[in-house]
Amino acid sequence: MKKSTILIKGAKVIDPATNFDAVGDVFIQGDTISRVGNCQGCHADKIIEAKDKIVMPALVDMHVHLREPGREDKETVASGTKAALHGGVTALLAMPNTNPAIDCAKTAELLSQIIKKTAQTEVFICGAITKNREGRELSDIAGLKKNGAIALSDDGSSVDNSELMRKAFKAAKKAGLLVICHCEDKTLSQDGAVNLGFTSTRLGLKGIPKESEYKRLGRDVELAKETGARVHIAHVSCKESVEIIARAKKEKVAISAETAPHYFSLSDQAVLGFDTNAKMNPPLRGKDDVEAVKAALRQGIIDCIASDHAPHTPNEKDIEFERAAFGVIGLETELAAAITELVLPGILSWLELSKLMSYNPAKVLGINKGKLSPGAPADIIIVSPDKEWAVGKERFFSKSKNSCFLGRKLKGEVSCTIHRGEIKWSL
Amino acid sequence: MRWKRKDLLDLESLSPEEIEYILTTAASFKEVTTRQIKKVPALRGKTVVNLFYEPSTRTRISFEVAAKRLSADVINISTEGSSVKKGETLIDTGKNIEALKADIIVVRHSASGAAAMLAQHLKANVINAGDGWHEHPTQALLDIFTLKEKRGKIQGLKVSIIGDIAHSRVARSNIWGMIKLGAKVTLCAPPMLIPPAIEQTGAKVTSDLDEALKDADAINVLRMQFERDGVEAFPKSSEYFKTYGITEERLQKAKKDIIVMHPGPINRGIEMSSEVADGANSAILEQVTNGIAVRMAVLFLVTQAKNEKKHNSH
Amino acid sequence: MQAKIILSSEEIRKAIQRLAHQILEREPNLKDLALIGIQTRGVCLAKRIQAVIKEVKNEDLPLGVLDITFYRDDLTAIGLSPVVKETHIDFDLNDKRVVLIDDVLFTGRTIRAALDEIMDFGRPKSIELLVLIDRGHRQLPIRPDFVGKNIPTSLEELVEVKFEETDGVDEVAIIPKGEKTD
Repeated sequence: MKKSTILIKGAKVIDPATNFDAVGDVFIQGDTISRVGNCQGCHADKIIEAKDKIVMPALVDMHVHLREPGREDKETVASGTKAALHGGVTALLAMPNTNPAIDCAKTAELLSQIIKKTAQTEVFICGAITKNREGRELSDIAGLKKNGAIALSDDGSSVDNSELMRKAFKAAKKAGLLVICHCEDKTLSQDGAVNLGFTSTRLGLKGIPKESEYKRLGRDVELAKETGARVHIAHVSCKESVEIIARAKKEKVAISAETAPHYFSLSDQAVLGFDTNAKMNPPLRGKDDVEAVKAALRQGIIDCIASDHAPHTPNEKDIEFERAAFGVIGLETELAAAITELVLPGILSWLELSKLMSYNPAKVLGINKGKLSPGAPADIIIVSPDKEWAVGKERFFSKSKNSCFLGRKLKGEVSCTIHRGEIKWSL
Repeated sequence: MRWKRKDLLDLESLSPEEIEYILTTAASFKEVTTRQIKKVPALRGKTVVNLFYEPSTRTRISFEVAAKRLSADVINISTEGSSVKKGETLIDTGKNIEALKADIIVVRHSASGAAAMLAQHLKANVINAGDGWHEHPTQALLDIFTLKEKRGKIQGLKVSIIGDIAHSRVARSNIWGMIKLGAKVTLCAPPMLIPPAIEQTGAKVTSDLDEALKDADAINVLRMQFERDGVEAFPKSSEYFKTYGITEERLQKAKKDIIVMHPGPINRGIEMSSEVADGANSAILEQVTNGIAVRMAVLFLVTQAKNEKKHNSH
Repeated sequence: MQAKIILSSEEIRKAIQRLAHQILEREPNLKDLALIGIQTRGVCLAKRIQAVIKEVKNEDLPLGVLDITFYRDDLTAIGLSPVVKETHIDFDLNDKRVVLIDDVLFTGRTIRAALDEIMDFGRPKSIELLVLIDRGHRQLPIRPDFVGKNIPTSLEELVEVKFEETDGVDEVAIIPKGEKTD
């Protein structure tokens, strides 16, 4: 059967795998990238004119809450993956804090089936570290690995028992699985709702101190050092965490880290007015932390940008601030936020952005994605870099609309998302 | 100036001119309360709903009296045995009340930001009668009114706020209001009851009561809560009284004509001694009287903001 | 259309003299008489009339000042930010014969508000109305007992009364609507 072909012409082509950054074409045959650069003479079934556009690998988002099974009112695998394609994401890691939690072979199989039947793009499975994420007993790590999990995390919670976490790291290392750490010390964060500081004082809300994150991070780094496990730090939010990660990397600990777009776009001032769409965990921090996160992205201390897409219904968000659920959606705004806050102001180049959002996450997860080189899977996005758009609820394909960027304007729009050589989204 | 706000949610966002305007209007209403017929028809036909999620007698009654003196109809909703206990959300409750054609909702709630949330979703006027630890604007306004009446102006006055600042909405509103009108504010509390970064408001911070009393023109003494969420918040109340209690002995080191205020109700023997509460320096009962005038002013002004048509008649 | 001066400073002085004497004609012994001026310029006028009467009869009539803001019938329609002035009646209204004083009588609604407010203070024996200018266009059944000058006006005009105490000059002018100068 003849493979269908696509030729994307005249764009600025970015390949983070080879550091290719030049105007050129991309020729796709079937589900693979065939040629990059000068494609004169390539005859294609479909030609996409992409002058003044950016063509880069599709995003690999390694922190997404799809909410299925259990909270299909917030999001499903189907709606979440549709939203992903709209945002330029063709591969994502689904977090296991569902109901039931993905903590054994059976639940991993359940999710696998749902993905097979309804996912609009590729979904990778993350299993829980402990049974039902309760932090008491290790989950069936071998069973999870067998049924498709490529990483482990209790995200939403940290494992408080250090001895248990040590066992988990060892088991994960043995199984060859990445451990993604949500760093939070609940005895310090308690029932806080915002960053501890002048903003929490002004609003009369209980504050979450930064120590909650970086002290637990310190512990996880020590355990990583001791056990040699591959460890990835989720949603880094503050400068102290950045410093600890930088030090750990210097000591050659096998550690990687991610941050979410809200931590380089917004400070805790966004919470003034009691906007629950600025409530997430870890909370938005001070302006100096935002600068530290940006610098860390530039210096490679933070390896990845991941959305931490956390859909919630109005029932959980349109209520009193202290009772509102933590979390914001992000699949459909993460690229634009990164372009607006990091690329257009000149903090990152397109190549560096692509490394953070495609190449590095793929590498950390150990999957063959995030490249725009000949022979790589044809997971590609075409981006209008200067197109400004207003962030409004009606634009989201996600079932939930709790975005921290509502009412703002962002620059950078995905005009086409190609997955395995097939156009899955276009404007 | 024109009063443009449909709601009164906090003092933090008010300009000094707006605060002065409320005080001036309150002075006119205070005159009304000295008449034989202590009533004006300004809010005749309007309905004021007191929506109190936290128990309160004095604030609720104060708002009720104020509304009635403006000839408004008053409905009191406390959440015992109401639909709220059946799980109705705050916004749903608010919308239901609005559907009954209530014009003004006075809300007290244990969650910071509750009043702001209601105001955003409702067309009715919303007045914050205390939301969590956040603000209690009418209390601070009546505190400021009382001080202004006695001292002529707020500018330059040294005012100390004493007590559990961290958990006090009265403190926050007073800090904003007093500083905006030019007072020099000192906060005095045990170290664990001082909220983070509070100096950024411009207030001075100390844990030494004598320092707070020295040269102060007025002190505002906050209520001390000894149980919070079932956990003891401060070592025994007798210890609090020893270190932070306002007694006549302590006031020896202060100005002779220092004004002593308290939002009430007073824990005699804990925040202050009975002698001070009933003594010559105490303005506590005047605060209560002024509270009516201030709340009349606030109720009156927010209804003005709803309408934009111009008119002229003699 | 230009502003037209209807009463000069001298004409105002004469009108006030005449009005004060009219009161004295009707009530020569001043028994139980009291003056109440409506804020703001009604108060100026009332004080001037009180002064003339003092000159003639050497007697200080009790004088009250009334702000009618809270009694207006158009409060919720206007959305004004009222500058509420002083209301002060320090004498017992019961059984007094009140002369209610304002600068301009127009629709009559201000007077209606003042009447309601006075009634909330007590029960006067009678209330008579004194105005410097009657410009017509009544919307309520209100009629003045003492008038300084009747000035027919159109609804496109405004009558502007200025007193030295409040505006630096004594003058009454008709100006086109939308050109109010204070």
